[in-house]
Amino acid sequence: MGNPNSGKSTLFNRLTGLRQSTGNYPGVTVEKHTGIAKLYDASVELVDLPGTFSLGAHSMEERIAVDVVFGRVPAMDAPEGILAVVAMNNLYQGLFLVHQLSELGLPVLVALTMTDTAQAAGIQIDIEALQRHLGGAKVCPVVATTGQGFAELRRALATLPAARPPRLPAFWPELREAASRLAAESNGALHTPEVERELIDDSGLTNVTAVPGDRLPARLRAARGSLFNGIPPVAGEAQRRYDWVREVLADVQVNSPAYRTYGARLVAWLNRPIPGTIALLVVMAVVFQAVFAWATPLMDAIDGATSVVGMWASGILPSGAIASLVSDGVIAGVGSVIIFLPQIMILFLFIILLEDSGYLARAAYLMDRVMRSAGLSGQSIIPMISSFACAVPGIMATRVIPNRRDRIATILAAPFMTCSARLPVYALLIGAFVPASSVGWFNLQGIVLFGLYLLGIVAGVLTALLLKQTALRGPKPPFALMLPEFRKPNLRTVAIQLLGRARVFLRRAGTVIFAVSIAVWALAYYPRSGEIEAGLAAGVLAAETTLGGTQLENARVRLANEAAAAQLEQSWLGRAGKAVAPVFAPLGWDWKITAAVIAGFPAREVVVAVLGTVYAVGDEADEMTLAQRLKSASWPDGSPVFTLPMVFGLLIFYACCLQCAATLAVIRRETNSWRWPVFAWAYMTAIGYAGAALVFRLDGG
Amino acid sequence: MRRGEKGVITAVDPADPAVQRLMVLGLVAGAELEYAGAAIGGDPLEFRLFGNSISLRRAEALCFRIAVVRDGG
Repeated sequence: MGNPNSGKSTLFNRLTGLRQSTGNYPGVTVEKHTGIAKLYDASVELVDLPGTFSLGAHSMEERIAVDVVFGRVPAMDAPEGILAVVAMNNLYQGLFLVHQLSELGLPVLVALTMTDTAQAAGIQIDIEALQRHLGGAKVCPVVATTGQGFAELRRALATLPAARPPRLPAFWPELREAASRLAAESNGALHTPEVERELIDDSGLTNVTAVPGDRLPARLRAARGSLFNGIPPVAGEAQRRYDWVREVLADVQVNSPAYRTYGARLVAWLNRPIPGTIALLVVMAVVFQAVFAWATPLMDAIDGATSVVGMWASGILPSGAIASLVSDGVIAGVGSVIIFLPQIMILFLFIILLEDSGYLARAAYLMDRVMRSAGLSGQSIIPMISSFACAVPGIMATRVIPNRRDRIATILAAPFMTCSARLPVYALLIGAFVPASSVGWFNLQGIVLFGLYLLGIVAGVLTALLLKQTALRGPKPPFALMLPEFRKPNLRTVAIQLLGRARVFLRRAGTVIFAVSIAVWALAYYPRSGEIEAGLAAGVLAAETTLGGTQLENARVRLANEAAAAQLEQSWLGRAGKAVAPVFAPLGWDWKITAAVIAGFPAREVVVAVLGTVYAVGDEADEMTLAQRLKSASWPDGSPVFTLPMVFGLLIFYACCLQCAATLAVIRRETNSWRWPVFAWAYMTAIGYAGAALVFRLDGG
Repeated sequence: MRRGEKGVITAVDPADPAVQRLMVLGLVAGAELEYAGAAIGGDPLEFRLFGNSISLRRAEALCFRIAVVRDGG
């Protein structure tokens, strides 16, 4: 256990290596990290609890930590000892937690990390004196990034369960007395430390399995009344413990004149509003550019590989349902999952680097005021910006937002940010229907594109504001943020975290996307019409007799495309398109567009491919041919389907609608319920629909 | 307070849970602080506390009373 940013993860990783696993605590969104550490002649299971400043159960993470320590989590053994991780340059807050941990009746070992940076800053600690103050708990100075001091640490860890718990004078004698009295009355169901904790935190002991009778809550209340006398217990605890910490530090810590480290000047300058904002914009631009530019070649490569494998598969399998299922369903489905990986990995690489180096906290600090006017907090800036590349990693990145309501508001606003998957459709429609003329300095097409981006941002911000006022209303959380010193991220830790994220994505989101892709494939494939197949065969035969060479090839392709279009028309998807078309008639859509949009629900990119098939240009069509087809598409009465108002409406629908199974899957995972993804989907689709209908009507459609 | 000035917290009003949270982070009576600046718009503020930087929103900072210590000599 230890403070956030104390090097706990690095230490944990060094002790357990790859022998770690991640899961969830039952029923909550808190991640559970466990691992096995090999010590000299034994192994020890370590549980890495979320970084916390206090055992006071304010957040979900802290509540879980307390439950684990007291052995109240079902299916987890009670711990035999505590390894407290304290950063040497932050003994002030670190010792607060250690003091709390020392009273729990378990043996405690203190790992003092970041000794290298602390010594460079001129901090010296008298280890002997510290151990004395801590009531006999052993203190091991280490440098987690290099492994220095780990031999000693491992030895101490091996003997920890047998060590004596620390003996400290009670920092609040009255509290201790009251607690032991109540514990005695509970006939062994509760121990003094638990009661002490409960008296302070008043968390209702909701997870305690054995609470004898209902006299206990009343007794607790009575005890609280007489002990605390109107002063909030948390305040009393904080004041007293920190008084102790200051005493200890006075005895134990010696500082050279300046607290300031070498890079402090640079840090201080970057924290001023103007240079800080500029630096932030630069960083954001770099991240953004990297995610787009570096990911694209990788994504193209994956796309290409998927097609190759698909074609190979359909080559060796007997043609028919199986071949199509394998190549268009399974392989394409898997491909559509994997294609997210480059963007996710690159984005998370940056996020992890920024977080570990301490920059993320500074960015949140700088942008907080700005974000607050949008109803969010400073920490939302990175997830929001990331969502411009892809909402999936953006939403995953909302983990950094501690406040639950802010987090949900950000998660719901994120999909509005124009993600890169919307671009192919935008490019197609804008390219085909918006004249490429100039207005002053700017290109009209560019203006429309920019307008769409702006629409996304505005919609997102309004959504967040609206939600904070209504559904997500609640008390304003404190914003206190610890701004860590800048430091070099540890590459090993970064790599391990990155792999962890990738695994999580593949396991959770991947399964959903895959399932939905198969479903859409089935809808588009079945039922097959024998007539169309026969017609195709006959057509090809005829072509072979009259044409040759390239003309024959072109004819084959054309016939195949037309057959594909016909098949699609009478498949379930096509029929669904026709059935649902009336719903979208107010938007000016015909069945083909409706079918394409329905097919696009798992993944937006699919829409272009489906449009291609439906308009008989094959799904690998380039934009030019498809654009021409779209322009000439017409209703039975001859009027064009793709009028300008209708196209704008379609673009708006696209900007707002949540057509991404991956996003839904990620929202589900991050909020741990189906309520929010369903709400997001319904809400965004409704807005998209309304917006599109409005534009279509307004423009005289 | 100006940038670079030091002070000691003399009183805290603990009624607000936000303030309690801050106390848990070490902002208690007797703690020494150094004011380090503000972000865009003058909010939030940054302080150095025993070698670490902490940022607070202005509204939260107002719950603490600080006696400014002038560096004499």
